[in-house]
Amino acid sequence: MTTASKTAAARLPDIVAAENAISDPAQLGAYAVDGIKPGAAARPGSAEEVAELVKYAARENMGAIATSARTKLAIGMTPKRYDLAIDMARLDRIITYDPHDLTLSVEPGLLLRKMDSALAEHRQFLPMRMPYWNRATVGGTIASGVDTPMRHFYGTPRDYVLGMHFVTGEGARGKSGGLVVKNVTGYDLHKLMIGSLGSLGIITRINFRTFPKPPATRGFLAAFDSADGAIDLRHHIAQSALTPLSLEILSPRVAEIFTSSAAAQVEPEAAPPKMLSPQHWTLTASYAGTENVLERYARDLGRMANESGAASTAVLDDTTRPSVWGRQREFIPIALESSPAAMIVKMAVPPMRMKDALAILAREAEAGGLPWAAMARGLGVIYFALLPQAKSEETLRRMAAAANQILAAGEKLEANAWIPWCPAELKSAVKVWGVARGDFAEMQKVKKAFDPQGILSPGRFVGGM
Amino acid sequence: MDSRLLHDLKKLLGADSVLHRPEDLLLYEYDGSVEVARPTCVVFPRNKQDVLGIVEIANRLKAPLVGRGAGTGLSGGALARRGGIVVSFTKMNRILKVDAENLFAVVQPGVVNADLTATVTHLGLHYAPDPSSQKACTIGGNVSENSGGPHTLAYGVTTNHVLALEVVLPTGEMVLLGSQAQDAPGYDLPGLFVGSEGTLALVTEITVKLTRNPEATKTLLAIFDTLDDTTQTVAEITARGITPAACEMLDGWTLRAVEAYVHAGFPLDSAAVLLIDVDGVKEAVEAQLEEVVVVCKAHRAREVRVAKDAKERDLLWKGRKNAFGAVGRICPTYYVQDGVIPRTKLPDIIRKITEISKRSGFPIGNIFHAGDGNLHPLILFDGRDKKQLRRAVEAADEIIAFCVEMGGSITGEHGVGMEKDRLMPLVFDEEELDVMRRVRDAFNPTGILNPDKILPMSKGCGEIYSQPLPAAGGAPA
Repeated sequence: MTTASKTAAARLPDIVAAENAISDPAQLGAYAVDGIKPGAAARPGSAEEVAELVKYAARENMGAIATSARTKLAIGMTPKRYDLAIDMARLDRIITYDPHDLTLSVEPGLLLRKMDSALAEHRQFLPMRMPYWNRATVGGTIASGVDTPMRHFYGTPRDYVLGMHFVTGEGARGKSGGLVVKNVTGYDLHKLMIGSLGSLGIITRINFRTFPKPPATRGFLAAFDSADGAIDLRHHIAQSALTPLSLEILSPRVAEIFTSSAAAQVEPEAAPPKMLSPQHWTLTASYAGTENVLERYARDLGRMANESGAASTAVLDDTTRPSVWGRQREFIPIALESSPAAMIVKMAVPPMRMKDALAILAREAEAGGLPWAAMARGLGVIYFALLPQAKSEETLRRMAAAANQILAAGEKLEANAWIPWCPAELKSAVKVWGVARGDFAEMQKVKKAFDPQGILSPGRFVGGM
Repeated sequence: MDSRLLHDLKKLLGADSVLHRPEDLLLYEYDGSVEVARPTCVVFPRNKQDVLGIVEIANRLKAPLVGRGAGTGLSGGALARRGGIVVSFTKMNRILKVDAENLFAVVQPGVVNADLTATVTHLGLHYAPDPSSQKACTIGGNVSENSGGPHTLAYGVTTNHVLALEVVLPTGEMVLLGSQAQDAPGYDLPGLFVGSEGTLALVTEITVKLTRNPEATKTLLAIFDTLDDTTQTVAEITARGITPAACEMLDGWTLRAVEAYVHAGFPLDSAAVLLIDVDGVKEAVEAQLEEVVVVCKAHRAREVRVAKDAKERDLLWKGRKNAFGAVGRICPTYYVQDGVIPRTKLPDIIRKITEISKRSGFPIGNIFHAGDGNLHPLILFDGRDKKQLRRAVEAADEIIAFCVEMGGSITGEHGVGMEKDRLMPLVFDEEELDVMRRVRDAFNPTGILNPDKILPMSKGCGEIYSQPLPAAGGAPA
């Protein structure tokens, strides 16, 4: 324990009640990031307590990481220092929900599932069916920048977060946006918070626009002998009048990991039906509307799939769709559970480069003798999992080599490629955040404006910020 | 100082690209707002090297810099509040690339909004943000202000359609923010810079998303005898989860002004109309249209007309988009406000505006992006009378304060600029404003770029060359 950490433990009860200050090393293990335990943890019960905790950390120059469900702490680099965990789980209230205005304001520790239930009472929802659905919180989901198949139609949180309250690295209260659907009052600081891993501020409130639930939703599957066939269908759909809610392409091995026992642990829904075949690439789409609209989609999708050479197609209704979609939502946790040393590369390309990107990814994995699975979102965002069967120095070496080849190839494709998840041992051997970007100096300016001492999530974000 | 500045700028750009005679500057003292400020000069860069050169000169001679597109802004964002150089981007107006398959385009900042859509129409595409001034306003200006428009109800505002920005920072560096592919790792810098009202950087290139045209669009005009019925209809459309592509409200007063100008067939004796677009695949459009009609009728719409064809639809929309111009024919000066409220509060704000109109004696016309809860009350006054201007601003402030009280905000799409910086404390306290100030200062440390905008003046704005504020003036004639 560092000196700073010892101080952390000693002084916390001045800020939060004693039962919310944790210094027992056994309990602190739960907050570890890449095996590093904090010196203390605090569970604030209000935004004011969060601000006090950060001010205290700043004064004592302690590294602090905000977390609540702790499902995505593996993203990013290993922290440079970690003295204090700020556990946001107690800030879990719905502050206001106006279903008639379709707006919602919540605290970050609220579980995604609880938020979903509250919205469902009014036949509304947020397109935040995100990974770790059964455990994750709103704040962690937003701060980690994970995404969902539904972004195809609804966009990412950047498109439906209306505003935020947060605490900066100096303990100052910040705010941006509001609780109205259209607003240009002041800088959109909340956009910076999305996907920033808590490196700029600790979110204390998030405002959303909510969405009406469509009358009925269906799923569509089309199986192909090759990735190219599935991607051709993706292009065909993109050029049609249809606006599906989701559009994704799954590699053959995805069917295998989706039916494994690891998958069943992550996602309790029934196993997907046989039509997700381990011999085929599968395009999945979902769409919603009235009966007439559903018929139109089924007809057009079926026709386009045949024209693209599909081996088979199927329409999924409410009894069969959740089994596939639940696992698709959980692709990342399932992949991570499927291998003792999983690595997931994220590569985003303009959609017309998806064929090239998938070919390069597969080539480099196979050159390293590494089993792989891919989930490619129709917008050109590819999650590519390397899934070695064993964790040895030899496999880690081959994974690092493959990762570096992939990042180099990605640069030529003008892709955004990085490695959100990999074994902690590899974090010094691969460029977790991808090749350096031209706007890094500007990112550093932002970091300095919010967190001049560098105490929030120290070292985990791009370029070691 | 001025002669050195003009000399260096002329040497860089050529004498014909630097305006400085008072009669040449007159136009640039104004935008679409009621604010006035005179620059020292106006320059017209042709390329990014010119922009870099201008920024270098400005820094060397400590002259404020203000970017400007078409000057259609409504909050004084493009006015030189502290004098200095207005950088007009009208000569940087080329569409550099259209990638129809990957659905993006790269444009220079001076490209006129409607020109981009016109260029990609034959590909079945459009650029979604559609401010009413889209035939004149530039995409660079739209980026600075994060502009909206009627169809942003379904399609989102400018920030939802920008992938990347090439910018010149006030400190002289040129940087590319964001990328053509999605999900650039790192902070969302385009998200910060879009809507920063020209206070963080001058934009030299913009990568925007293109949107596929919907298969079918229906436009409907619902005519009401009371304002309450009209606003209740909007509230119920929202509450029922119907999502039209646009939902605009014009009150009777505005309608009559518009009809006299455009002859779109708006009813002259009604209290208000709603102009509603639904779009998508044709099966979905039929279903939505039916639902909208049911809601309108339930709230006593006197008549619901569905435009027969594209020609009728265009005429109705022409009426809406030319509404400000139509009002300008009746009264030479008006003050347009831009508050936002929760959509459930539309009936309340209409009652409040009616009361303020009666009390102040100013006629107030109402054109709302009703589906978004974004108001545009038009306060009519005589711009030659300085007392009237002051009282019109007071009436507007009262409307804005009420919006904030209702849980809303002070500007939905026009920006804070130099018009509403003094109102920022209604929404943000000093600690919150200070966080914003730090972000601005991180990119604009000396305050040389668009000084004294957005954030209320309090902390030092650096040692910049400045001239005194001109006296508050009249509105554009």
